[in-house]
Amino acid sequence: MQNVQTNQAPAVRRSLLQNLGIDAQLLTMLAAIVMVWIGFQIWSEGLFLSPRNLWFLAVQSAVVGIMVGGMVLIIVARQIDLAAGSILGFTAMVMAVFQAPPPNGLGLHWIIALIAGILVAILIGSINGSVSAYVGVPAFVVTLAGMMIFRNLTFSLSNVTITPLNETFQILGGGNNGSIGPLWTWVFGLAIAVLILWQTLAGRLRRQKNGFAVRPMWAEALVTGLTLLIVLGFVLVMNAYPVPGTDPPVGSGIPIPVLIALAVLGFLNWMTRNTRFGRYIFAIGGNPEAALLAGINVKRTMLFIFMLMGFLTAIAAAVQAARLNGATPTVGRDLELTVIAGAVIGGTVLSGGAGTILGAGLGALLMSSLENGLGLVGVATEQQKIVIGIVLLLAVIWNTVSARWRKG
Amino acid sequence: MNPLIEMKNISLRFGGNQALSDVSINLYPGEVVGLLGHNGAGKSTLIKVLSGAYKSDSGQIFVEGSEVKINNPQDSQRHGIETIYQSLALADNLDAVANVFLGREKINGVVLDEDTMEIEARKVLDRLRVKIPSLRVPVSNMSGGQRQTVAIARAVYFKAKVLIMDEPTAALGPEETQKVGELIKALKAEGVGIFLISHDLHDVADLSDRLTVMKNGRVVGTVNTKDVSEDEVLGMIIAGTTPKHLANK
Repeated sequence: MQNVQTNQAPAVRRSLLQNLGIDAQLLTMLAAIVMVWIGFQIWSEGLFLSPRNLWFLAVQSAVVGIMVGGMVLIIVARQIDLAAGSILGFTAMVMAVFQAPPPNGLGLHWIIALIAGILVAILIGSINGSVSAYVGVPAFVVTLAGMMIFRNLTFSLSNVTITPLNETFQILGGGNNGSIGPLWTWVFGLAIAVLILWQTLAGRLRRQKNGFAVRPMWAEALVTGLTLLIVLGFVLVMNAYPVPGTDPPVGSGIPIPVLIALAVLGFLNWMTRNTRFGRYIFAIGGNPEAALLAGINVKRTMLFIFMLMGFLTAIAAAVQAARLNGATPTVGRDLELTVIAGAVIGGTVLSGGAGTILGAGLGALLMSSLENGLGLVGVATEQQKIVIGIVLLLAVIWNTVSARWRKG
Repeated sequence: MNPLIEMKNISLRFGGNQALSDVSINLYPGEVVGLLGHNGAGKSTLIKVLSGAYKSDSGQIFVEGSEVKINNPQDSQRHGIETIYQSLALADNLDAVANVFLGREKINGVVLDEDTMEIEARKVLDRLRVKIPSLRVPVSNMSGGQRQTVAIARAVYFKAKVLIMDEPTAALGPEETQKVGELIKALKAEGVGIFLISHDLHDVADLSDRLTVMKNGRVVGTVNTKDVSEDEVLGMIIAGTTPKHLANK
């Protein structure tokens, strides 16, 4: 009977959000970020939303942004990675030792250093993954051990800062010459805009051809228009911050680390929605037994998730080391908690099965915005952490309560 | 005629527990066999051997007369055996389309072919005459009957020759139970062989052609449903003995 009713009155029952076809949670995230930004803009008397600060905010978000998508996949599959910060520290140190000139380092080519770091991190990820998946030790314990082991292996490798790094390698950090310039920023923005328009149109036509429901035209136009505006705003802001010391001022454009983070998040977002691997991660999180009985290789999938996390950690380590022009043995300390917090604020559920890459990306941006804004208005580091902790708690309460509402 | 499925002398031990000892059972096309017994009698274990979730220590499995090895769920599916588990083996967070195709997604290169999957899922659900308003909401938002239908659709889409249903109506209301009963009759008419597993005689008696009763990992006996009274079957389940005049293979 229930079904019949629903079939009779589909138009009436569609809410505004359903018409827009956007996740309510994503919208909440966006609203929260806008509110935080406006708040800091007022509090900082106009400093927060300056091109300079937003450009730096983007760079500050990059490291967590690169890792947060991987953490989402791990948590969705009912796992956790507490070792990510230590692995980042160790990998950064490996990259630094490989390329720094003697006597501090080995003086090898920066590409060799980068590849060595990536291989090391993937290897560590595969160890975490196989001990969790094949031996059956909970990932919490495996990565808790990893957290201690790799932090202290980092100290064993060097208990002093290893510097300097190769100048080309430093571009990864977004410092000198580390941005793509105004022209390429426009090219990038246009390419993204074309991609969005093409995807929207092609998807709509395809769905209509198959007789599936499509969003009302006005909703489609509104959502696409807003997305394009965000892209345009991003391009304008990145180009409005001039390269320091240029006269007349030359726009910086998108910093390389931000480009990397966007590429990583874009790829992971696509992967979770469009590939078997992505689908299986969510199936495992939703019902591991069902996944197994459906013939999904659960253990191998888990191994791959941890290897992917290792890879992303290495990329983040390269960016971090390049930004600092070196590696300190404490780099990345507590970073796993920031990454987990970003994922959770972005709507990832710790019991598994639910989470989005886009939401987590926004979660990472929100965390960085708080850190940046509180720093800007002169709140001490310790008090910043208190605020961020409270925001995390509120976010999780909100997620829990709103999930209960949705269930009815 | 060869039976669709013949399991011969299946034994399986978990540590010190003899879960199955020397179990033999068969199933013919278009037939419904009810598998009865208390919790822990070995029904589900036997079925998991057939569906590839467990591997037996000894014994043979024949599909349409030829012996097969079933080492994992894929092997079982390849032989046309589809299982609908008691725990409803659906991923609650995924939508109906994703669940129907779970583990066997249609792909275009590396990309999931969502449109084709949605069209095919819609077709098979229409064939089952069940109304599900949106195939694109998580199945956790669906009623028990709708979820059971998604599980059945999964089996039907992949052209099951043999369908194993573990307590298919345990979580359903009367109306939905009736609906699942109709589905079973429709599939039977198409020549699908069905194992119905239950600890409750009433769930299966109306639908089954034959009943096999298990107790303590052994088969007590197999009888034609129309030849027995309810009390006699209950006697088999509880006492574990078959009235001699009823024994039937």
